[in-house]
Amino acid sequence: MRQSLDRLRESPSQTAGPYVHIGLTPNFCGIGGVYATDLGATMVNDKTRGERIGLKIRVLDGTGTPLKDALIEIWQADADGLHNSPAELRGAADPNFFGWGRCPTDMDTGVCAFETIKPGRVPFRDGRLMAPHITLWIVARGINLGLHTRLYFSDEEKANGEDPILARIEHRVRVPTLIAERQGGTYVFDIHLQGEKETVFFDS
Amino acid sequence: MPSESGSNRRPESGAFFQRDRTWHPPALTPGYKSSVLRSPQKALLSFDNTLSEIAGPVFGHAMLGELDNDLIHNFARPGESAIGERIIVHGRVLDERGVGVPGVLIEFWQANAGGRYRHKKDGYLAPLDPNFGGCGRTITGEDGGYAFRTVKPGPYPWPNGPNDWRPAHIHFSVFGHGFAQRLITQMYFEGDPLIWKCPIVRGIADKAAIEALTAILDKQATVPMDALAYKFDIVLRGRRSSLFENRLEGN
Repeated sequence: MRQSLDRLRESPSQTAGPYVHIGLTPNFCGIGGVYATDLGATMVNDKTRGERIGLKIRVLDGTGTPLKDALIEIWQADADGLHNSPAELRGAADPNFFGWGRCPTDMDTGVCAFETIKPGRVPFRDGRLMAPHITLWIVARGINLGLHTRLYFSDEEKANGEDPILARIEHRVRVPTLIAERQGGTYVFDIHLQGEKETVFFDS
Repeated sequence: MPSESGSNRRPESGAFFQRDRTWHPPALTPGYKSSVLRSPQKALLSFDNTLSEIAGPVFGHAMLGELDNDLIHNFARPGESAIGERIIVHGRVLDERGVGVPGVLIEFWQANAGGRYRHKKDGYLAPLDPNFGGCGRTITGEDGGYAFRTVKPGPYPWPNGPNDWRPAHIHFSVFGHGFAQRLITQMYFEGDPLIWKCPIVRGIADKAAIEALTAILDKQATVPMDALAYKFDIVLRGRRSSLFENRLEGN
């Protein structure tokens, strides 16, 4: 008999369901007194380096209706392109920037609003610089496995043009689904789960 | 940044094993109606992890409150406790290599013993328990181990088919060491006949995968005259060794 690889298999995912707020943002849904604040609600402080930006993100279903029970997490590098993570071996990231945030979609408008900073550029595997981007992870009732995608910035045209991930998108008409539009200090980004404008989701 | 354990070992920074998407439920599982309009239909863009997926946030034990891992008491009035079958849920967070994953945040949430969630969108007949909030969290120890105390949640009916019931379950949200390991899942209880009838569970094709989400009664971990115990291990994506990787810029 051959040897065995002796590996385990990843726990299968199950939907976060309609009550994801209870677990991840209890204060948001009226469960006070258990945690002082909801984790990931604040991303920047007075000392955080970098350009302050807002993000206004919506998640739209196959009929174009915004989800009002979704939750989005974002993960990004600091203003110099460094992650606040042990796996970041290139240097120490800004100690005043954790780089991770969490926000439920508003129960009336479906908007997720983040206050963060514009990230610096992070190298791709071969050393080329990726364009500034924010990693997004979306969970909700009806989503069986969290959806992974990225938000790029409309005013980074040159960097976007040389980004190795954007370059891999075969159908170029789909590239704009990953680019948030700048309106003043805020980037507006609609995530389409289905349809002609379906966002490019990742398997990485 | 030193690892929280204070170890001098160089942090792992390899890419994660590819995800076996046939093992997970697919995006579209028509028996679970909410998935119909919320499931992407186009092919995913596949690529090996970049630093953005390899890195991930680390939460320190300092953020935890004393009762965060005790759902029986963390919402209860002083001297009171939640109603229901008292249980301990414990296990380890491992990766696909079988290695314990230390220092990772686990958050959990659930219905009360009657099957009712403390949420304005839940209008089930079963009453709220004034002493039960339904959320908790902990961070794994050096060996990836974790434990928390709660009451066993009740099953409940939900609007999907005309008469669908969820098996008793606890929701789990787990961070790994890299953002690519991020996972949300649900834990079921051994012996619950509703598991095999649930349209959400049945989105998973492989019986062995469903069993991997089913906690087993662990008599040895019970506290006599106090609480039963269930063991539930969670497996996150494994990580490639970076020994033979091309060096990332700046390493």
